[in-house]
Amino acid sequence: MINYFRSLHPQSLRVIALAVVLALVVIFFSSQIDNYFSPRMLNRIATSAAVILPIAIGQALVVMTRNVDLSVGSMVGIVAYLIGDFLTQHHGLDPFSTLVLSLALGAFCGALNGALIAYGRVPSIITTLGTLALFRTFLVEYSHARTITADALPSWVVDLPQAVLFSIGGFEVRGMVVASLVSAVIFGFALSRLRVARKLYAVGSNPDAAVMSGINSARVVFTAFVLSGMLAGLSGLIFLAKFGNITVVAGLGFELKSIAAVVVGGVNIFGGSGTIVGVVLGTVLVDTLDNSLTRWAVVSEFWRRLQISEFWRDALLGMLIMTAVAADTFMARSFTRLRAKKALSPETLPTTKQGKA
Amino acid sequence: MANPVAESAGSKFTGFFKTWEGLLVIILAITLVLNVMLAPQFLTLQNQINLFQLSNEKIIVALAMTLIIISAEIDLSVASVMGLSACVFGYLVNAGMPAGYVIVLCLLVGVAAGAVNAFWIAYVGIPSLVVTLASLIGFRGFARVLLEDKGMGNFPDWFVALGREGFIGPFPLAFVVFFVLLLVLWVVLHRTGFGRRVYVIGNNAEVARYSGVQVARIRAILFVISGVVAALAGLFYAARLASVRGDAATGFELDIITMVLLGGVSIFGGKGSMFGVLLSILIVLNLRNGMALGNITGHIQTAVIGILLISSVLIPNIFQSLKSSRPALKKNPV
Repeated sequence: MINYFRSLHPQSLRVIALAVVLALVVIFFSSQIDNYFSPRMLNRIATSAAVILPIAIGQALVVMTRNVDLSVGSMVGIVAYLIGDFLTQHHGLDPFSTLVLSLALGAFCGALNGALIAYGRVPSIITTLGTLALFRTFLVEYSHARTITADALPSWVVDLPQAVLFSIGGFEVRGMVVASLVSAVIFGFALSRLRVARKLYAVGSNPDAAVMSGINSARVVFTAFVLSGMLAGLSGLIFLAKFGNITVVAGLGFELKSIAAVVVGGVNIFGGSGTIVGVVLGTVLVDTLDNSLTRWAVVSEFWRRLQISEFWRDALLGMLIMTAVAADTFMARSFTRLRAKKALSPETLPTTKQGKA
Repeated sequence: MANPVAESAGSKFTGFFKTWEGLLVIILAITLVLNVMLAPQFLTLQNQINLFQLSNEKIIVALAMTLIIISAEIDLSVASVMGLSACVFGYLVNAGMPAGYVIVLCLLVGVAAGAVNAFWIAYVGIPSLVVTLASLIGFRGFARVLLEDKGMGNFPDWFVALGREGFIGPFPLAFVVFFVLLLVLWVVLHRTGFGRRVYVIGNNAEVARYSGVQVARIRAILFVISGVVAALAGLFYAARLASVRGDAATGFELDIITMVLLGGVSIFGGKGSMFGVLLSILIVLNLRNGMALGNITGHIQTAVIGILLISSVLIPNIFQSLKSSRPALKKNPV
């Protein structure tokens, strides 16, 4: 049994471990919360995860190349607000064009980041820290403190969160959730099967080696940021449909949520490794915890008596990220040791960091 | 970061203006001249003190952040620690504890917060970006919970006076603390073995470890310093506003990190000086003050600082690649 686990790729192990943790969490809460498996609960978790999942995937693409995108929250805000604003003035716009417009707007913001980082050689943390503020400022100035209201939006947008593709025994598979999952499937497939996408891993695991083997690493990094922006566009549209009423603070703090999902999902923060399956599980795990904790009677009662409410979730989210990364670090270390012992040939080594050259 | 350091010979004077600090001096001079031209009241002593006082807390934290970034780490949780310390103060003072004790407690909260970061970063070995991102969420959670959505005031008069009135002459206490801390950290960073070790760790932590530098301990010390300085700054913030809320100091980390990076400190560690950071602090404060005098709102101010931050790295990069575009292509990093 143990030998079987050793023969697995570390990333597969990570996914299995995550799935086990997720299952344990669900089993635990189902014993604590009445009606935990009700369709309402599942739908609630699914729709809130649907907003975060695209930006988490985008963040994963960027993190794989050893960069970070702190501006995703502001991009979600820009897309949600501007598209909402546009729709209130142009009711005739069909859903498909709206989707394309959202993606294009997001991709444009992402291209701005990507150009500065890949071609201007400004470190990503500096660039996206700057654009985080810039995009938000643009939004505040543009909006003049107006709010987009659900009444002013075309009816199809407002109805979108309720749009059900099909339902399995009360659990409704909603359009938004499917859109989010489709993006995960596309990127998951691309990252594991397409040569173009493998360049992301190459650039992240060893930039010098990637350049020497003929990869245009600047273009790869640029593309990663454009895709991150595009996926933020998708998130923005889902956000708009889900909430209807959009203010200038839309998407505030989403960068933290996306990074949390990515890190919990096992993407190495130093680049070069990670899977989309892991990111999906990470997003669902974080959201499940978030939603379950608020409904956990023991906790709510206990903390209510102490006059404490929100903090429990935030503090736990912080601890969860830390635990996930600690587990990752320990696992990476023990695998490196294990492999050193076995003295495998270099070609078969999976991509794991061993300190910078 | 590609600082345009003058390597060729030249007179010492022109050489200075080709360094990062020299560039900052020029930018500062331009800002000052523009401010004086646009706003006649700029040069009054009161405006000069106001200029510092409105950002006093941030610039104190920026000094500690300089050491952290030179050691190739980052502390995103400082604003949350500031908020936590301010909220602990508000909560305990309103619960009837004497403010003097509470101040000591708040500083201990800062030490504890720094120690939590230090434990994960220095001893477990998790990247500081992740650790402090997580603790940013966590510490802010603690702060929110203490006050929920209420504001807390009712501070003792002497405490509020410390935040607002002159301590030495017209200079408030936070201002004095800033200069003392600046001097202390300047000496520590540039004149002591500890400071040299910070640079060595920032340049190459592996090499530092093999040369016998106790990397983990120094990292831990830096994060504890950052925590306690942030807690102190949080107290000043509470004193200046005479009230606190759960979201006190939210988002300050952006301004703080901007000041440090604009000062020529490399985000990759190992490079930077206290003088550069002091200059960039002066530039940021003067820009904000000038824009405020010119009735430019807070959000646009933040955007201008953001543009300044990006272009401070971008422009030297462009110049560098223009200067060496053809040879650089041939001697690529092989």
